[in-house]
Amino acid sequence: MCPKCHVSARKWQRSVEIFEYRIKPLKSKVTFDFRCKNQNADEILNFLKVLESCFKIQLRSVSVDLNNDASLVIDIPDALCERDMVKFTVHTKTTLSSFQKPDFSVPRQHEDFIWLHDTLVETEEYAGLIIPPAPPKPDFESPREKMHKLGEGEASMTKEEYAKMKQELEAEYLAVFKKTVQVHEVFLQRLSSHPVLSKDRNFQIFLEYDQDLSVRRKNAKEMFGGFFKNMVKSADEVLISGIKEVDDFFEQEKTFLLDYFSKIKDSTAKAEKMTRSHKNIADDYIHISATLNAICAEDSTANKKSLEKLSDLFEKLRKVEGRVASDQELKLTELLRYYMRDIQAAKDLLYRRARALANYENSNKALDKARLKSRDIPQAEEHQQQCLQKFDRLSESAKKELTSFKGRRVMAFKKNLVEMAELEIKHAKVSLTAHPIKHTV
Amino acid sequence: MASSSERSPPPFPESEDPEVLEAAVPDRDSDEDEADDPFLSASNTPLTRKDTPAAPASPDDSLVTSSQSEHRSASRSSEDFMDVLNISAKAALEDPADDFVDILRGGASAQRGEDDAPAEGGAADPPAAFTAPVMELRDGWSASSTQKPLVSEKIPDPLVELLGAVPAEPADIFTEEDDTMSDTRKHSVKNNGVHSAENTDIIAEATVELSLDSPRNERKKKPTPTPSLPAAASLTKPECSALEEVEEEEEDRCDISVSVTDPEKIGDGMTAYMAYKVSTETLLPMFRNKTFTVRRRFSDFLGLYEKLSDKHGPSGLIVPPPPEKSILGMTKVKVGKEDSSSADFQERRRGALERYLQRVVNHPLLLQDPDVREFLEKDELPRAVSTQALSGAGFLKMLNRATDAVSKMTIKMNESDVWFEEKLQEVESADQQFRKLHTMAESLVVHRKELSLNTAGFAKSAAMLGSAEDNTALSRALSQLAEVEDKIEQLHQDQAANDTFGFSELIADYIRLLGAVRGTFDQRMKAWQRWQDAQAMLQKKRETEAKLLWANKPDKLQLAKEEITEWEAKVTQYERDFERVSATVRKEVLRFQKEKTKNFKRQIMVYLESLLQSQQQMIKYWEAFLPEAKAIA
Repeated sequence: MCPKCHVSARKWQRSVEIFEYRIKPLKSKVTFDFRCKNQNADEILNFLKVLESCFKIQLRSVSVDLNNDASLVIDIPDALCERDMVKFTVHTKTTLSSFQKPDFSVPRQHEDFIWLHDTLVETEEYAGLIIPPAPPKPDFESPREKMHKLGEGEASMTKEEYAKMKQELEAEYLAVFKKTVQVHEVFLQRLSSHPVLSKDRNFQIFLEYDQDLSVRRKNAKEMFGGFFKNMVKSADEVLISGIKEVDDFFEQEKTFLLDYFSKIKDSTAKAEKMTRSHKNIADDYIHISATLNAICAEDSTANKKSLEKLSDLFEKLRKVEGRVASDQELKLTELLRYYMRDIQAAKDLLYRRARALANYENSNKALDKARLKSRDIPQAEEHQQQCLQKFDRLSESAKKELTSFKGRRVMAFKKNLVEMAELEIKHAKVSLTAHPIKHTV
Repeated sequence: MASSSERSPPPFPESEDPEVLEAAVPDRDSDEDEADDPFLSASNTPLTRKDTPAAPASPDDSLVTSSQSEHRSASRSSEDFMDVLNISAKAALEDPADDFVDILRGGASAQRGEDDAPAEGGAADPPAAFTAPVMELRDGWSASSTQKPLVSEKIPDPLVELLGAVPAEPADIFTEEDDTMSDTRKHSVKNNGVHSAENTDIIAEATVELSLDSPRNERKKKPTPTPSLPAAASLTKPECSALEEVEEEEEDRCDISVSVTDPEKIGDGMTAYMAYKVSTETLLPMFRNKTFTVRRRFSDFLGLYEKLSDKHGPSGLIVPPPPEKSILGMTKVKVGKEDSSSADFQERRRGALERYLQRVVNHPLLLQDPDVREFLEKDELPRAVSTQALSGAGFLKMLNRATDAVSKMTIKMNESDVWFEEKLQEVESADQQFRKLHTMAESLVVHRKELSLNTAGFAKSAAMLGSAEDNTALSRALSQLAEVEDKIEQLHQDQAANDTFGFSELIADYIRLLGAVRGTFDQRMKAWQRWQDAQAMLQKKRETEAKLLWANKPDKLQLAKEEITEWEAKVTQYERDFERVSATVRKEVLRFQKEKTKNFKRQIMVYLESLLQSQQQMIKYWEAFLPEAKAIA
C-alpha cells in the first residue's frame, strides 16, 4: 500500500459522507474537509472532479425490488476504509417497538455481515427461505495494485498524463469502494424487507448493539471446517440427486437454476472482461491524447491546430469510454454478479429441501424397518411425521420464495437493461458531439 | 539508342530544363573566358567566338521564360532563335552550314552531345543548336499538356516563315536547315503528344537521351576539375526553375494516382513471395497510356527505393521510404498460415506500399526519374537482388550502414545555419514523439481487438443465458441483447481495422518519412565533411608548397602548384555541392512539412469519419434494443 493511500482513504470516506447526505450543503462540507488537510488548490480541484464523476455513478444500481416498508429503514451513510478493513456505519430508522430507539447508528465491519449471514443460514427455521447472499469481501487489491504500478511508471509519463491516470484510478478506487458499501447495504435492506427475516433476533442485535460485535475473524480451523462443510455438502448434493423428485415444480426449478447458474456465471465473467477492455481503451486514449498534446506543443506549423483538436477529441472520448465502462460495470456486470450469488442462494434452498426430502425418505425406510422388526414403531412414526411436516413446510415456503424470486429477477433485469441501453445511447451521443466534424444523420 | 528511344517515353520538359540549361551554360561561359580554359583552347576554332557571346544568352533567357508561359513567349523565342541563326549564319563565313549540321548531327547521334559539341566545332553554335530543339520540344510539350494543339501548330508557322524569309546568301543552307528544323518540330510535337516510336527524329532523340543521362552526366562532370564552372548561373538558375516546377507540379498533383491492390502469394515454401498489382491512372502525357497495370513483387518496391536513394539521396532529396522487410510477417505468409494476423500484415503492407508509391509520384523530381516510370510501366523488371536481407549485397549494405553510423558519430559539424539546427532538433523530437504515439496507437489496436473479442464472448454468453431464461420476454430481450452485442462486436472490429490503417499506420508512415528526412540531413553533413576534408587537404598542399619554396626545389614546386589549383578547384566544387545540398534539403524539408500537414489533416479526417460512423451505428443498435428491454414484463 502506498503511503498516500491512507490519506486518500480518509478522503474517500469524506466523499462518501458527502455523497450520501446529498441534502447537506456540499460546499461547507468540502471546505471543511480541505481545511483540515490543508491541501493545495490543484488537489482540491482534482478531488472535486473525482467527486463530480462519483455523483454521476448511481448508487442503487442493483434493484432488488424491496417492499417500501417504512417500519424499518436501514442504510449505510458512511464507511471508512483503513488498510484492508472497511468500517461501515449502519444507520437504522424504525417505528417497530422491538427496538429501543427509533433512530440509531452502529459501527460494523465486513466480518459482522458474514457472521449475520452465517447465523441466518444455520437457523433451522429459515431453511425454506432464500437467504440473501452475503456481500463479497471488499477487494481493493486491483486498483491499489494499479496505483502502485502507476507510481512506478511515473517517470515515463508526462505530468499531465500521470495526473489523468491517477484521476482515473482514483475514480475507479472510489467506484469499488462505493460498490462495496452498496452490496452491504443491499444485503441489510433485503433482510429488513423480508417479512420473516426482519424479525430475526440476531439481525436486530446486529442493528442495535452499539458496541463492537467483536466477531472474530475465522481462524484456520474454522476456515478449514467451512471448507470441509462445503465438501460434504457437494458430496451430499451428488448423493441425494438420485432421489426421485415428487414435485414437478421443483424438478423444473432445479434444472433451470442449475443451467441458469452456469450460464450467468459465464456471462458475468465475459461482461467483466468486456468492461475491462473498455477501461483499457480509455487508458489508451489518455496516453494518445497526452502524446498528441506533447507533439503539438512542439509543432509550430499549421498542423498544430488539427493536432490540438485531435488531442481534445481523444480526451473527450476517453471520458466517454470511461463512463461506458463504469456504467456497464454497474448496470450489467453488477446485476449479473448479484444474481449469480442470489441464484446460488436459491440453489442452497433447493438443496435444503432436497435434504429434507431425503430425510423423509430415510425416515420412511426406518419406519418400514421398525414395522418389520415391530420395534420402536411410534418413535419412527413420529420421526417420519416430523420429517414429512418439515419437508412440506419447506416445500411450501420454497415455492413461494422461488416464485417471488423469479419476479424480482425479471424486474431487476428489465430495469437495468433499460437503464444500460439508455446510458449507452447517451454516451454514444455525447461522443458524437465531441467530434470536431459534426454530422447530421 | 534507337531501342531505348522506342521504349523510353517522350521528353519530360521539367527535368530537362535545368539540365539543358546547365549543359548550355557552361558552354557559353567557357566562350566568355575561353582564354583560361585549357580544354577549349585546345580545340580552338576561331571562327565564331567573337560574335556569339551575346547571341546565346537570349535563347537561354527566353527558354526560362517560355517554360512558364505559352504561345507569346514561344513566338518571341522563335524570333530570338531566328536571330541567333541569322547571326551565326553571318558569322560563319566559311562553312557554317556544314558545321551546324554536323553539330546537330553530332549532338543528335550520341550522348556525347554536350561534351563533343564544343570540341568538334563552332563553340558558339552548340548552345543555339541545343536550345533550339529543346525549346521546340518545350513548346510542343506545354501546348500538348495544356491540351491546346492550336498553339503548337501556330509556333511552326511563323518560324518557317521567318526562316524562309531570311534573305541570305547561304539560302540553300537555310532551306535545308529549315527542313530539318520544321521536321524536328513536327516530330517533337508528335513525340510529345502521341509518342510515335518509329519516327526516329535524330534531334528529338538526342534531347531525350540527353535529358535521361544528364543527371548522371552532371554528376560525372562535377568532380572533374572545371575551374570555370559558372557558380552563379548553375546555382541559381536550376534552383529557380526547380521552384517553378514545384509550383507547376502542384497544379498537376491529381494528374497521377497509383494504387496497389491484390496482394497474391506466388510460389510455395521459402521461395514464395508476394506480388502486387500496381495500377496507375494518369493524365500526364509522358506516359504512353492513361491507365496501365503491372505486377510487382515486394522486392521490386525495395529495389526502386534503392535506386532512387542512390541517385537522389546524395543531392538532398527526401526519398520516400518503403515499408521495411519483415522476416517474421513474411515467414508467416510463406508458411501459408491463413490467420487474421497474416491478413492484417498483408493489408498493412499493401497500404504502406501504396502510400509509398503515391508519395514517389507526387514528388515532382522523382516522378521524372526513368526508374520510376519503368517501375510503373514496364512489364518485366530485372529482379532486384540487392534487397534480399540475407544476400551478400544485403550484408554489404549492412556494413555500409554500420560505417555510416560510425562516421555520423565521428563527424562533428559546427552548424553555421540555425535553421538547420532547429529543424534537425524538431525532426528528432517529432520522431521520438511519433514513436511513442505509435506504440500507444498499437496498444489501442490491441485493446480494441480484445474488446471486440470480449464483446463477442459476451454476446454468445448472453444468447445462452437468453435460451436458459424461462421468462419469455426476458429471454427475448436477452437474445436481442446478444444480437446487439454481436453487431457491436463487428463495429469494434471495424474500428480496430480503422485504428490500424487510418491511425497507427499513418503514424508509422510518418516515422519512416522522418527517418528519410533525417537521412537528408546526414547527406548534407556528408557533403559538408567532404568540403572540410578538401579544405584540410588544400591546406596541407599549401604547406608543402611553402616548404618546397623554402627548400628551393623548383621542379617539384610546379607539381605542387598544380596540385594546389586542383585542390582549390575541388574545394570550391565541394563547397558549392554543400550549398546546393543545403538548398535542396531546405526546400525538401519545407515541402515535406507542407505535405505532412495536408496529408495528416486529410487522413485524420477520414479516421474521425470512421469513428463517427461507428458511434452513430452504436446509437442505432441501442435504440433498437431499448423497446425490447422495456417490453420485459
